Amino acid sequence: MSGRSLSIVTPEGITFSLPLAGPLTRFLAWLVDLAAIAALTVLSRQAVLLLGAAGEDVLRALTILLGFAVTIGYGMATEWWLRGQTLGKRLLGLRVVDASGLRLNPSQVVVRNLLRALDALPVFYAVGGAACFLSRRSQRIGDLLAGTVVIRTRHPALPDLEGLFPAEANALAAHALVSSRLKQRISPGEAAIGLSALARRDQLDADARVALFAALAERYRSLVRLPEEAVDGLSDEQLVRQVVDVLYRGAKP
Amino acid sequence: MILDLPRFVASARPRWTELERLLSALEAEPDAERDLAFLTRLHFLYERAAADLGKVRTFASEPELVRHLEALVARAYAEVHETRDRRSRLSLRSLAGIVLRDAPRAVRRHPGALLLATLLTVAGMAFGALALGVDPATKRVLVPFEHLSGDPAERVRLEEGGETRHADGHRAAFSSTLVTHNVRVAVLAFALGGTAGAGTAVLLFHNGVVLGAVALDYVRAGQTRFLLGWLLPHGTVEIPAFLLAGQAGLILGASLFRRSSRSPLSARLRSVLPDLVAILALVVALLAWAAIVESYLSQHHEPTLPYGLKAAFGLLEGSLLAAFLLRAGREREEP
Repeated sequence: MSGRSLSIVTPEGITFSLPLAGPLTRFLAWLVDLAAIAALTVLSRQAVLLLGAAGEDVLRALTILLGFAVTIGYGMATEWWLRGQTLGKRLLGLRVVDASGLRLNPSQVVVRNLLRALDALPVFYAVGGAACFLSRRSQRIGDLLAGTVVIRTRHPALPDLEGLFPAEANALAAHALVSSRLKQRISPGEAAIGLSALARRDQLDADARVALFAALAERYRSLVRLPEEAVDGLSDEQLVRQVVDVLYRGAKP
Repeated sequence: MILDLPRFVASARPRWTELERLLSALEAEPDAERDLAFLTRLHFLYERAAADLGKVRTFASEPELVRHLEALVARAYAEVHETRDRRSRLSLRSLAGIVLRDAPRAVRRHPGALLLATLLTVAGMAFGALALGVDPATKRVLVPFEHLSGDPAERVRLEEGGETRHADGHRAAFSSTLVTHNVRVAVLAFALGGTAGAGTAVLLFHNGVVLGAVALDYVRAGQTRFLLGWLLPHGTVEIPAFLLAGQAGLILGASLFRRSSRSPLSARLRSVLPDLVAILALVVALLAWAAIVESYLSQHHEPTLPYGLKAAFGLLEGSLLAAFLLRAGREREEP
């Protein structure tokens, strides 16, 4: 479920994808929102009590109306003012967006929240939860009818590519023929695996790191015969780094 | 071919940073007027970022960079390609516009759904009255409300004798309870439209059954004047409000399976959403009014208030509501 994503093709012919939130994450966000609604209800009661001089009848009326407004309006208000996020969604890193990648419209926010009345049936969002599990885009009924999806928000920073490549001279780059063959025989996908391995090397266990770079070095060696004098004394990781350097930067000796 | 990634990123990074800055400004102030230079630049930067994404994905496949650019292009796409109303500020004026202008237009745009909602309710009323007429013992099933389960004549005697002033001293709380309960029922009537309208139809029919059974019960007991004086002041607003909520549910249901339409489901739903919201906003306003009337007027009976006067008030309200739904917003309506 967690691997689902929404692919959108722009009129310019570019495809981008938005990672969809799974039912479990959404359920946790809902629990947080439930707590927020309970807290706001208590707060509204306390606020009403401050108007003590207004009379018991008016105070009771205000308490009923405010409690109702909090219950039914919480989702609408927060999702509109926080651009598709309730407190729970913000905490869990989720956001409601238009299913076609456009801006969330006020009418979509209202309708998806009112349709909770259907999704919540018969108890504990059973209908909505089932729809969420069965839907290709993890949508509850409210999402399906309002044309919205809930995605996982992400703000990936630009990777530090300069730090990945060796500062010292690249021995492989001195061999023009080898450099050309590396660029010719290693596919972009295989090159990307090497680049990703370098970018994430600090996140790997020591054993996994050694095994990964050994496998990559073996693969690169199998594609191109590397001159012994250039790779002599290099660890597998250094070799991968130099190959990737040649591939991505056209490294000079 | 593999892209010289560091050089590519170094040359494109200023553009991406500028695009992020423009998007943040747009997101922070979505209602602000933007000049042509700003929009042209935004569009240019979006197209360049989209092209950069395509290039990186094809020639470099660096996952983190791809994700970064995807997130950037997704944000820009939402701003550049959105053609719907961008207004985001909610004000009393915009709310009044929705209720007083957009809602009656929306109601008039879908006469079939309103007619069907009315017919379902009327059919329910006929069924309720018929069932009670044939077998009075069904009253407990048809009208499962404690305050309506007794003998109508006895209730009228108590009400007119001033022995059941149950709302005295807490009329505001009573009307709040009424409005919250009625809005919940109206929202349910709308939301059940998600069952292709079947749930809405059942709810409307059921409302009609209760109404029909209650009406016949009072008429048979010779309490027609009391019934009219009690129901009309708030009923002429409350019942149409439920019909409108039902209309919204039926519109929603119809857009799910309108096979004659060439539009895809998502486009059909998208086109009716503003109408649904406008109708529901009007429903809430009507139910709030009906609850106030029910609490402060409907609960007063003869000799305090003549039934004729109460019924006349109800008929006046109904006429005004009908005129409003037929005429309001018409002068600006597109031909």
